[in-house]
Amino acid sequence: MEPSPQPVPSAPVLAIEVRGLVKRFEDVVAVAGTDFEVPSGQCVGLLGPNGAGKTTTVEILEGLQQPTSGEVRLLGLRWDKDAKELRERIGIALQETLFPERLTVEETVRLFRSFYRRGLSVEEAIHLVKLEEKRKAYVMKLSGGQRQRLALAVALAADPELLFLDEPTTGLDPQSRRALWDVIDGLKGRGRTVVLTTHYMEEAQVLCDQVIIMDHGRIVARGTPAQLIASIGAEQVIEFATTPSLPAEDFAEVPTLVSSRPRGDGHTLSVKELHRALPGLLSIVSSRGASLAHLSTRQATLDDVFLALTGRSLREDTAS
Amino acid sequence: MNSHHPLAQLILFRIRDFLRVPSALFWVFGFPLLTTLALGLAFRDRELPELAVAVVDGPEAERLTPLLESVDGLTAQRMTEEAGRDALRRGRVALVLIPSPQPELIADPTQADGRTARLMVVDALERLQGREDRLTVRSQLVTAPGSRYIDFLIPGLLGFGLMSSSLWGLGWALVQMRTGKLLKRLVASPMKRSHFLLAFMTGRTMLAVAEILFFALFARYLFNVPMVGSYLAFMFLGLWGSTAFGGLALLVISRASNVETANGLINLVTMPMMVLSGVFFSSSNFPASIQPLIQALPLTALNDGLRAVMLDGTPLLALWPQVLTLGVWGFIPFLVALRYFKWM
Repeated sequence: MEPSPQPVPSAPVLAIEVRGLVKRFEDVVAVAGTDFEVPSGQCVGLLGPNGAGKTTTVEILEGLQQPTSGEVRLLGLRWDKDAKELRERIGIALQETLFPERLTVEETVRLFRSFYRRGLSVEEAIHLVKLEEKRKAYVMKLSGGQRQRLALAVALAADPELLFLDEPTTGLDPQSRRALWDVIDGLKGRGRTVVLTTHYMEEAQVLCDQVIIMDHGRIVARGTPAQLIASIGAEQVIEFATTPSLPAEDFAEVPTLVSSRPRGDGHTLSVKELHRALPGLLSIVSSRGASLAHLSTRQATLDDVFLALTGRSLREDTAS
Repeated sequence: MNSHHPLAQLILFRIRDFLRVPSALFWVFGFPLLTTLALGLAFRDRELPELAVAVVDGPEAERLTPLLESVDGLTAQRMTEEAGRDALRRGRVALVLIPSPQPELIADPTQADGRTARLMVVDALERLQGREDRLTVRSQLVTAPGSRYIDFLIPGLLGFGLMSSSLWGLGWALVQMRTGKLLKRLVASPMKRSHFLLAFMTGRTMLAVAEILFFALFARYLFNVPMVGSYLAFMFLGLWGSTAFGGLALLVISRASNVETANGLINLVTMPMMVLSGVFFSSSNFPASIQPLIQALPLTALNDGLRAVMLDGTPLLALWPQVLTLGVWGFIPFLVALRYFKWM
């Protein structure tokens, strides 16, 4: 087996170019005209609730679905002309693939590795996802997190220039999720382009250089996580409750306030500057003769961005 | 071809997938053997039991008892008349003989055993009185291997087994791979679809070789079924049948996207053939009006062919209609399946 190749020098600057992408299923529009590009070597996150069009978009990029209209280029190549070469150069982890139950981890990776002309050795691929201890274990004996890591090892077997991960951590417990993040983070160091779909904003925030937020088949925002958070004009969030509880109008005068919304029996305020907002808030509470039952502050996250853009919380969609 | 070749890896995958599922091993090898044992036992050619006759104590009993005992198919014992009638009631003897110059026979004429015992005892007593046979009867006994039920059953069970393994083994595995998105993951790689199908067919054929050898061996050594024709012809026909059913399997599950649908479809195809195609009893029992249909079924062709080779020693060339029928049933569905097969 050949040693893993260095990043191809002739690689185009753009790993992915999408122009006017539309996908219709009978009467449903899954993707309603999207344009974006991904520079080589970046990790881009496609974010959105279930049904936002993430998986459809990714499957079109992977050449598994035909777009209704629009143009897609990967590594400067097109599916209708260069499918064979593209298959060799991309790696894919689908949402929840059931690998053969009675093959071992090693046998599964070897099977998939055999389809590619070049790539990693089986041992390297297993090492990258830290499954060495389970090399000889049957797939049926693996936990959910280990199965996802196996899917990743299979995707990495060809040492792809472009890697697609469709909801790699969905359904995993927080610990397995973090373990998988470490693995994916390690891949970015190898100079590969990664496209990741997720409905966990935190995941995108940790892993992605660029985030594309989708809703109802459209791109509603894109940029780095920091840009997106800055774009809603509020980088700090105050969550609090008072006794007795006070109406939202009372807090309209909080300095640097951007938006407020009810949260349980209290409120969530998005503000620009915490050091000015907080004293103002405290004085309003005491002037109304109320006292604070609870108060916490945090940095704004991509969840807040999604909420500000769509009026809906991602978490409501992902509660299941 | 080295072991890193995709085709080699895919074939290994198929073999492992089968060998590591104990229940699959049972259905392919254990089940037909047990069926044969059970049906063979139920329909085995038993020796008829000897009929017991009671001879009532008396002056002549001592002479008659050993004489009746020596008749083939009879046993005789002496007892009192009361004990004899009691034994008759309880079915321990078929007939009670009270010896005298005019012997008295007590038997139940509605029982086959009673009637037979009566004929045999009267015959023995007549001979004893000096009767001579006027007619010389020649008899031919048909208990030779080759014409028993088990001889009929085994080739039929093999045909049925090959059909089941092809449809369930191929069809079921493919549908599971489709529902688990494994097919989709495979076609998202540079894997050649022809390699994939070839690996399935190769795996299936290797298993069929084992199945056919296993049947031939247990038929020969466990049930003493002779192989009148050539083992090579038998093997060829079996593999041809297995491949034909493989093609049919691809068509049957070409669009099925869940295991319930696949289950129903496979049953729909196999059940009628299990009944009509002469697995457990001859298909000639069905009315002449549906015979053309029955003869056109692939399992009928396979079973008729296997029986002809095994029991009659028919050469392969003479079985061209069966070979052709199987070929048509395998090839056309395969072509249609290639066109409509749903990979994801």
